[in-house]
Amino acid sequence: MPGKTIGNALLLVLTFCIACMWAFPIYWAVVTSIKPEQEVVMKTTFIPEVFNFSAYYFALFQTNLATWYLNSIVTSITVTVVVIVISVMCAYALSQIVFPGRKLLYGIILASFMVPSQALVVSQFVLMHRLGLINTWGGIILPQLIVPVVVIVYKQFFDSVPKELREAAKLDGCGEFQILFKLYLPLNWGITTALAIITYIMAWNAFLWPFLVTSSENMMTVTVGITQISDAFGVKYARDMAVAILAAMPVAVAYLLFQKRVTQALMLSSGIKG
Amino acid sequence: MIAPFLIAYLVVFAYPVYKMFALSFTDAPLIGEGQWVGFGNYVKLFGQKLFYTSVWNTGYFVVLTVIPNTLIGLGLALMVVRLKGWLQSLILVLFFIPYILPVSVVTQIWQWVLDQQFGIAQHIIEFFTGKRVSVFRDPVWAMPMVALVTVWWTNGFNLLLFIAGLRNIPQDYYEAAMLDGATRLQCFRRITWPLIWPVTALVLTLQLILQLKIFDQVYLMTEGGPFNSTYVLLQLVYREAFRLNHGGVGSAVAVMLFLIIVVVSVLQYQLLRVRER
Repeated sequence: MPGKTIGNALLLVLTFCIACMWAFPIYWAVVTSIKPEQEVVMKTTFIPEVFNFSAYYFALFQTNLATWYLNSIVTSITVTVVVIVISVMCAYALSQIVFPGRKLLYGIILASFMVPSQALVVSQFVLMHRLGLINTWGGIILPQLIVPVVVIVYKQFFDSVPKELREAAKLDGCGEFQILFKLYLPLNWGITTALAIITYIMAWNAFLWPFLVTSSENMMTVTVGITQISDAFGVKYARDMAVAILAAMPVAVAYLLFQKRVTQALMLSSGIKG
Repeated sequence: MIAPFLIAYLVVFAYPVYKMFALSFTDAPLIGEGQWVGFGNYVKLFGQKLFYTSVWNTGYFVVLTVIPNTLIGLGLALMVVRLKGWLQSLILVLFFIPYILPVSVVTQIWQWVLDQQFGIAQHIIEFFTGKRVSVFRDPVWAMPMVALVTVWWTNGFNLLLFIAGLRNIPQDYYEAAMLDGATRLQCFRRITWPLIWPVTALVLTLQLILQLKIFDQVYLMTEGGPFNSTYVLLQLVYREAFRLNHGGVGSAVAVMLFLIIVVVSVLQYQLLRVRER
C-alpha cells in the first residue's frame, strides 16, 4: 500500500521536526555559549561565525563555580550512597525478617508519600539550626536522606527472591548482613544502579532545600550558585549559558551514559514495571 | 538493620512533620520559641488577600499544566511509539533531555530564549502580537509562560510512562481490528484509549500532586510578580517564614498546602477509580 508508506514517512518527518523544536532551546543555549558576546546580541546566527570559549573560561575561573562543583559532588554522592545503604537495609528487614510492628512500619513508609517534603522546609530549617548545620554539607545532606520510594521498590524486589535461597545461606552460617550484601544485593544489582543514578540526578538537581539552607556563597551547590551569577555581574548571555551548561553537565553525562537505567528507575518508582 | 533508616526517618521526617503542625499554632519567629496562639495564624491567613491570591494562582497553574502536559505526553507518545530502532531512541532522548536538567538551568535557558530584546522566541511572539513582550513582567503572560516552561521541562517523564503503557498493548488487537476494517481513529477510541486509561490516570495523579508544589520555577523566573500574578502557596511559606521571620504563620501555610494535597489526591484517586469501572 503506497498510501500507507507515504503516510508513515510524513509522520516520521513530522515527529522528527517536533523533536528538534523541542530540543531547540538546549541547542540554542549551547550555540550561544560558544559565541563572542557581541555576536550574541548583534544578529541571529544558528551556527556561530567564530568559535569562542571565553565564556567558559570566565565561568570556570572567575566565578565560584569550582567551589559549587565541590559542594554538589560531595553532597549528591553522599546522599546517593547513604540513601541506597539505609534504604536497602530497611527494605531487607521489612521483606525478610519477622519483627513486631513490621506491617505498621511499612504502612507508615507508604503513607509518607502523601507528605510533600516542600511543606516541611520550615521545621527542617529550625531543626538544622538547632543542630548547628546551617551552611554546612551536613545540613544540605540530612533532609534528603529519606526517600520512601527507594525502600518500597527494594522491598518489592526482595519479596520476589525465592525463600529457599535465604534458608540455604542461613544453614551455611551466614548472618543477615552477609545474606543481604553478598546475596540479595548482587541479585538486584541492576536495580541498585538504576536507583543510584536517579537518586544522584535528583540530589544534584535539588534546588529549594539547598537554596534555603545555604546563605554563604562558599557553601552553595551548583544549582543554587548559578542563580547568583547574573545578580552579581549583570546579564551577559554567552556567559550565563556557559554557566548553565557546565551546571547541567554532570547530570547530562550520567543520563546519556545510563539512559536505560534512568528510564527503568523512573518507571519503577512510579509503579510501572518496565 | 532498620535502625539507620528509622533514626533518619524520625529525625528529619517524622519530627519535622509533627513540628510543622505544632509551630503552626504558635507565634514563633523562624528561630526561637513562640507562644501558643491556637488557630490565630489560620484566622490571620484567612483574612489575608495574598493567601487567596496564592491559592488561586496555584490552582491556575495546575489547570495550565496538568491536562495539557498529560495530553501532549500522550500525543507525542503515539507518534514516537511508531518509530523503530535507533531513530526511536534518538527522538526519545531529544524529548526527554529537558527533564533531567536542574531547574535553575531550565530557567536560565528560557530567560534567554524569551528575553525581550534578543530572545529568539520574540520573533514568534512578534508575529502573533505585533510587538515584543517582556513575558515575565506582564501579569497576563507571566503564569502561562511559567506553565509553558514547566510543560517543556517535565513532559519527558509523562512521555516515557505513556510509551511504556502503549508498548504493553498487544499488537494482535490492532491486527484483528484492521482485518475487520477499522479506521485508525476507531482503533484509537476502541483499543488504545481504554487500555491506556490506567496510565493516563497515573500521569494525571502524579502531575496534580507535583504541580501543586510549584515554587522553584516561579521564584527563579518571576519571584511571584508582576503584581503577585504568579504568587503561589510555597512562595507564601518562603515569604512568611524566611523573609518576614514568621515561622508560625509560615508553618500554617505549609499545613494548608499539605491538607490541599491530601484532599486533592484522595478525591482524584476516588474519581479515577470510579471511571475505571
